[in-house]
Order: sequence, then structure tokens, then C-alpha cells
Amino acid sequence: MSETTTAPTILEMRSITKEFPGVKALSEVNLLVKVGEVHAICGENGAGKSTLMKVLSGVYPFGSYQGDIVYQNEVQQFRDIRASEAAGIVIIHQELALIPELSIMENIFLGNEPTRFGVINWAEARRRSIDLLARVGLAEDPDTPIKEIGVGKQQLVEIAKALNKSVKLLILDEPTAALNENDSQHLLDLLLGLKGKGITSIMISHKLNEIEQISDSITIIRDGKSIETLDVKGDGVDEDRIIRGMVGRSLESRFPDHTPAIGETFFEVKDWTVAHPQVEDRMVCKGSEFFVRRGEIVGFAGLMGAGRTELARSLFGRSYGRYISGHIIKDGKEITLKTVRQAIDHGLGYVTEDRKALGLNLLDDIKTTTVAANLKGVSKHFVVNEDQEFQVAEDYRKSLRTKTPTVEEGVAKLSGGNQQKVVLAKWMFTDPDLLILDEPTRGIDVGAKYEIYGIIQKLAAQGKGVIVISSELPELLGLSDRIYTIFEGSITGVLDKAEADQENLMKLMTAKRQAA
Amino acid sequence: MNALKKIFGGDIRQFGMIFALVALIVFFQIMTGGITLTPENVISLFNGNSYILILAIGMVLVIIAGHIDLSVGSVAAFVGIAVALAMRDWGFPSWMGVVYGLLLGALVGAWQGFWVAKVGIPAFIVTLAGMLLFRGLNQLLGKSNSVPVPGDFQNIGAGYLPEIGPDTGYNNLTLLLGIVAIVAIVWGELRRRKASIALGAEVEETWVMVTRLVLICGALLYATYLFATGRPGTSFPISGIILAALVLVYGFISSRTVIGRHVYAVGGNKHAAELSGVQAKRVDFLVMMNMSILAGLAGMIFVARSTASGPFDGVGWELDAIAAVFIGGAAVSGGVGTVMGSIVGGLVMAVLNNGLQLLGVGSDWTQIFKGLVLLAAVAFDVYNKSQGKPSIIGLLLKNFQKTPEPQAA
Ligand SMILES: Nc1ncnc2c1ncn2[C@@H]1O[C@H](COP(=O)(O)OP(=O)(O)OP(=O)(O)O)[C@@H](O)[C@H]1O
Ligand SMILES: [Mg+2]
Repeated sequence: MSETTTAPTILEMRSITKEFPGVKALSEVNLLVKVGEVHAICGENGAGKSTLMKVLSGVYPFGSYQGDIVYQNEVQQFRDIRASEAAGIVIIHQELALIPELSIMENIFLGNEPTRFGVINWAEARRRSIDLLARVGLAEDPDTPIKEIGVGKQQLVEIAKALNKSVKLLILDEPTAALNENDSQHLLDLLLGLKGKGITSIMISHKLNEIEQISDSITIIRDGKSIETLDVKGDGVDEDRIIRGMVGRSLESRFPDHTPAIGETFFEVKDWTVAHPQVEDRMVCKGSEFFVRRGEIVGFAGLMGAGRTELARSLFGRSYGRYISGHIIKDGKEITLKTVRQAIDHGLGYVTEDRKALGLNLLDDIKTTTVAANLKGVSKHFVVNEDQEFQVAEDYRKSLRTKTPTVEEGVAKLSGGNQQKVVLAKWMFTDPDLLILDEPTRGIDVGAKYEIYGIIQKLAAQGKGVIVISSELPELLGLSDRIYTIFEGSITGVLDKAEADQENLMKLMTAKRQAA
Repeated sequence: MNALKKIFGGDIRQFGMIFALVALIVFFQIMTGGITLTPENVISLFNGNSYILILAIGMVLVIIAGHIDLSVGSVAAFVGIAVALAMRDWGFPSWMGVVYGLLLGALVGAWQGFWVAKVGIPAFIVTLAGMLLFRGLNQLLGKSNSVPVPGDFQNIGAGYLPEIGPDTGYNNLTLLLGIVAIVAIVWGELRRRKASIALGAEVEETWVMVTRLVLICGALLYATYLFATGRPGTSFPISGIILAALVLVYGFISSRTVIGRHVYAVGGNKHAAELSGVQAKRVDFLVMMNMSILAGLAGMIFVARSTASGPFDGVGWELDAIAAVFIGGAAVSGGVGTVMGSIVGGLVMAVLNNGLQLLGVGSDWTQIFKGLVLLAAVAFDVYNKSQGKPSIIGLLLKNFQKTPEPQAA
């Protein structure tokens, strides 16, 4: 806990308290950020990190919290986001706020259009956006629609948008959660570059290696209270030290103990070919073949856009793309899965990577979500038994240790990690034979990750097959019994746990590029 | 205020609506010098609005699923005239007329459901087309004339519970109905409480439940008294019984059955619902079809009440029904709403209409007031949500979801 006060402070948040009906999200939190540093905020899911940043940026306006925000030596009372932006504070939320139909340029200048006599001056906008894109290192035409570029690039557009607002303090809420390693690295380098130009950043992330790599100080929040602020260089902070602060004890290992008990092959896919839903002749899966054995955890490795999600979703009742050819064999019999319903009835489950858009109805509460994919399990003659529903949700809340006051709480109010647990509960309740998990630990803290790995291993131990799609190689290596690699829609290899390492996986994940 | 909230549940919206309804009734009762709550007026208020309330039941499901139906007035008019003609020209007996009307409604609904669910045209467009189409068909069939309906058919719109049993000075069947309703409510509440205790869930304090029951039962008792003491020959209307049955059935369907859950799921997040195995297209088809069946029923009740089917029946009904649903707390973006709320919303409009009429206010001012009430009710809702309540975030996130399906990685 060394406080080197050489650099002047840009921001001080003094005993901030924020309450929601029934929840004290923040209680007397203090945060001190120095000019020109990268300041990380760490804490478990639901600790209050996002809430603190929303207080700072005026999403929760002055008066809806207690405490003081001192920014550039003045007490600030932001009424809304515009007020904080005018002061040079820009927040980039975890869910990106770009409009998919508009172009990069239009998004950068949205709400901030350069005008002449009240008419948008597109020439000026273009000139400035080319400049801004160069500063963030994005080589794209400013006219490209947002929906045509990947999340990594979208993140850069968000930053360009912030730079356009002459940002002094940039807040990033889990900016790399949805990015692959290359894109993440690019983003981190960019942050360091901005730091060189005097822009201060606050970054929330659950990827501790990144935090260790780029941050100067770290403030740790636990249960809505600020626990400590670490000076990364001075205190010699490493990941274990951060974890100790976050969870209040050390974590012996990142993966629970697990001895796989692998049985016979029960699920097999042959010659699986699927076309892109819009583009006629683009194949997103090309003759994929793989199998899963009982009790086995199978990993799918690949870069973003390699077609892992497409493969999973096309198998799951053809919920993505246009089916061209292929066979699914389960328990020795060929099955046809034309709808999601059929897939579920045949014992498949798919946990999406996109929790908010595809996994949850944010208007629902925890208990309705838990039973949503298996209403049959709690109903008789099509009438839902609400007592039973409550009981089921309550059981999962206890066994997965979901942090919530009651199962009648709306899922929108849960923090990311706890939402993920609810989605997992939903699929566990369908009692699948084969559960496909797409990025199951995205945006989830180390402690909860450990718990989710435990849940996955428990499912495997019950003789179920589990497929894990993940962009984090350490996670795949630690969890899977076997790993398939996918490159541009084709399966390029398969490695056993014993022979797999980052290097040979990476080689197979980029197979074509190696050959070329 | 806190105590009130406890009694009516934490939902400020619902509470606000019931409160507004009661306040409105009291206001008009005073202003009209006690005419509002006479048996005659209450009975005619029910008779004159049951068809709008029936439409609201169907409409709330359509809106929860994320659609809208503009064609209900025209569909009602079309079914009304077709049934009237079938009874006059083909000699259909009344009961066959009703069955025929419901089947026609189903057919119309299947037509609209096909375009919405199978072809994927927004319901706004499909039903805008339907609004013209079925209005035109009504006038084509009836040659723009009125067609009278036989006396026993008129019962479903203008009939009352008959007098039976000893002369008690009250309508016996109405009394019986009221008592059965009260017993059922008390029994249901006690049972629910027992089940919650058995589950270990939190239960409200006893006084809260008792107060609520006393208030509800008191209101019911009073209503029963009003309906049972109407002019000789009048009592609780048949259309009111149809409405009550529909409220019970649809309230149950929407909150307790699998298909009901699916409607909310599709309206809340279609993609997520589909990935949970919900057949969204089927849900879309069913809500649209159901709406037209209820529109057909509403049309028949109206025709029965006005003793003839005419070319301008049902004009503007869609707006009344939609207004009732939104006053009753549904969200434009779908996923939110209740049958009971929509009924309360519809009653607010009905009482307003009736009260202003009693006061001799012209249709000009009546429309102005109705418009303002709709705006105020929804503004109240929006304001509530923006007061640091989480729902505004939910709403924002929801709009975010409605953007095209994110690129799969
Ligand atoms: N609008 C809200 N209404 C009610 N409770 C809320 C609301 N927003 C957040 N909370 C609660 O406040 C607490 C802190 O939430 P917050 O989103 O700040 O967590 P976080 O640290 O960002 O977690 P994560 O790492 O999962 O994103 C949680 O318990 C959450 O349930
Ligand atoms: Mg967060």
C-alpha cells in the first residue's frame, strides 16, 4: 500500500455510496487516480466496478449517490453523460454503443457532428475521421458499416469516438472481454500509446494478466467497498496478489481437481457443411468431422471468426446458416435436428457466447429464466407449477452459489458473472447429454471461473459430453481432455490433453496461413 | 403510501392504475350527484364497453409478443355482418351464428397470422392492410346497409341473468355469482399463502393480506349489490359473464401456461427465446389468430347489443383497445403487460367516457381528455422508470438487442 504522490491527481472519488432498491452496490468507496496513469479496477462479479464508473460518468446523476467526485481539483456534479463528457471524461461501456447500420464515420461523429450553417460538413468529418482512425491504428474505410467489422475493430472505433471528444480521462469497462489475443494486445498497446500522450485511463478487466501488464496502479473492490490500492511497479504486484485482494484469500489453483472418466463415443458429426445465411456460396463449415465421448470435455480452439460458433449453432437445430450436408449420429443412431426444439429433445444444450442478445430475456426474473428451456420439467398439461418452478430455481441458486437476494430478482439487475450462472442453470435444467458452452467464462471473475470449471467437470463426471469453445487457450488447455482446432470453417487438427500446448494449438489454428 | 404499496403489491404501475380508477369513479360520483354509481349506469357502462375490453384481452397478448393489430375494428365489423347475413339469408339459428362467427374470426386470424409469422411482414403493415380489406368486405357483403339480427341472438349483447328462485328483492343469480367470486378469491389467496410458507418463501404480514382481501371483497360486494338491484329485467349482463370468463381464462393462460410463457419470451427477446426452443413463428401466428377470434366475438356482441350490423360498426375500436393496453402498463417494445392491467386500463377509459357523457360534455372535449389521460398514464410509467429504477436500463439494453443479430464468432 505505498502511496507515491509524485504525480498530481486527476480524479478523487471520496466515500461514494450508491444504493439500489434493496441493494447497497457501493459503500464509501474511495478512488484516487493520478494524471497520465493506467489505473485498473479489479473485483469479483457484482463487486460494484461498473456501478462506480457509472457514478463517475454521470449515468447515475449527481444526487442519486452520496460522496464527492473531485476531478481536476474541483468537486463535480454531473447531471448526465454529456456533462461528464464536456469535462473530458468518456466511458466506453462493456456493451458497445455503436449503431450497426451506420458507417464508422457516422458513428464516430454521432451526436457530435461537425456542422456548417447547421448542415453536416461531411468533408470535414471524413478528414477528421481518417486522422482519428490513423491514431487508433485502424486501417478501414470510414464509410464501412459498423456491422461489417469485427468486435475488435468496433472497440477501436469507440476509442476513436472518445478521442474526437478530446478525452482526458478514458474509462473502459471490460474492453477486451470479447476480443481475441491479437486484438486485445493491439488495444492494450493503444492504451499505452495514449498514456504517452497524457491521456489517463481507468480500465476494468477480469483478465489479470493484462492488468499486470499495462496498469500502474490497481484499486481492488470487494462487496461494494474499496479494499486497497496497489502500486504495480513499487509493490511488485502479480496475479496471485490481485486475486488475494479480490477474494480475500489465495486461490491454490485455477482449475479444480478432476480425474476424467471417459467412456465410449456417443456423439459424432460427419461431413458437416453449412453455408452463410446471406452469402450464397460462402461456407462457414466445411466438411467438419468430430466426435465426443461420454464424460469427456472437448475443447474447440480457433481465432475469432474461425467458425466455431457457427459450427455449434448449426448443429443446435440449424439455428445458424443454411444446412448443406452432414450427419449427426447420437448413441449409434443418425438423428436429424431441424429445429432447436428437436435438438433440445435429443439432449443437446447450447450456452451462447452472447449472453445479453441471445441468452437472456432481460425482462425476466431468475426463476422464469431458469426453467425457460425446459418448461415441460415444471408443468403438467401445459400448466406451469409455480411452486415447483421456484423450487428448481432455488436449488440452482444454492448449488451454483448465484449472488442474488431472491430468485424473483430480475436478471437485468445481476452482474455479468451471476447472469452467466443463471444461463448455465437454465441449460443444466434441460439435463442435456451434450452441452455446448460458447465462451462460458467471458467477463467472469477468477473465483467464479473456478466455480464454473467445477460445474463443467461435474457434468462430465455424470457421463455427459461437454464441448467448450473458448478464445482463451490457457482455459482450453486446463479444462479439456481433447482439443480440436478450427481454421476458416475447417477442422485442422485434434490434440490430446497430454500433447497440446499453446504453441502447437496456435500453429493449427492458423493452418492455412502457415501453408501459404 | 408504503402501506398501500404493500397491500397492492410492489408494482407502483398497477397500484397507480387501480388508484386512478377509484379516484375517477369517486370524482364522477360526486360531480354527477351520485348518478355514476347507480345500478342503471353501472349496468349500461358494462354493456357499452364489454366488447372493447374483450378486444383489449387479445390486444395485450399481441402487444406482449411485440406486435400490434390495427384491424380489430374492421374484423369485428366483417364478422358481425357475415353472421347477421347468415342468420337472415341462410336461416342459421343463433348458436350456429355464434359458432360461424368464431370460425370466421379464426379464418381471418389465420390469414393475418400467415403474413406475419410465415412471410415475416410486420404486423403493423399486415393489419393496416387488414383494416382496409375487412372494412371493404363488410360494406361489400352488406351493400353498405344495416342487417338486423334475431331476438335470441341479441341476448349475448343485451341479455341479463334471468330471475329465478324466491323473490328476494335482488337478482338471485347475480348474488350467487358475487358470493362465489368472493369465496374463490379468499380461498385462492389463502392457498397461495400456504404454498409459499411451505416453500419457505417470504410471505407478507397477515394484516396486509387481510386488508387487501377486505378491500377487494368489499368492492366486489358493492358491485354485486349494484348489479342485483337494477331495474326489473336487468341484472348482471350476459356480455359481462362472457368477459369475466375470458379474463379468467386468458389471465390464467398468460401467466400460468407454457404458451403464455412463450408469448412473453418471444416479446422480451426473440433470439434468446428461439435458442431456448420456443417456436417464435408459432407464437406469432397464434397471438394474431387469437386476436381475430376475439375481434369476431366482440363484433357479434356489439351487433347483438345494437340489434343490427352496420357498415360503420367498430370504427376506431383498435385505438380504444390499444389505449387500454398501454394505460394498463404494457410496453411498446413488447415483453411487458398483463391481462388484468389492460382490463383496468380499459375501465379507466370507459369510466372517463361515461362520466363525461353524464356531465354533458361533448365528444370534442371527451376526446381531448382521453388523449391526455393516455399520455399522462404512459408518462407516469416512463417517469417512474427513469427514477433510478432499473427498468430504464432494461429498456435501453432491450433496444440494443433489437439491432440485428450480432455476428457470430
Ligand atoms: N440497476 C440496478 N438495480 C439494482 N441492482 C443493481 C443495478 N445495477 C447493479 N446492481 C447490483 O449492484 C451490484 C454491483 O453491480 P456491478 O454491475 O457494478 O458489478 P461489477 O463489479 O461491474 O460486476 P461484473 O464484473 O460482473 O460486471 C450487484 O450486486 C448488482 O446486482
Ligand atoms: Mg461490470
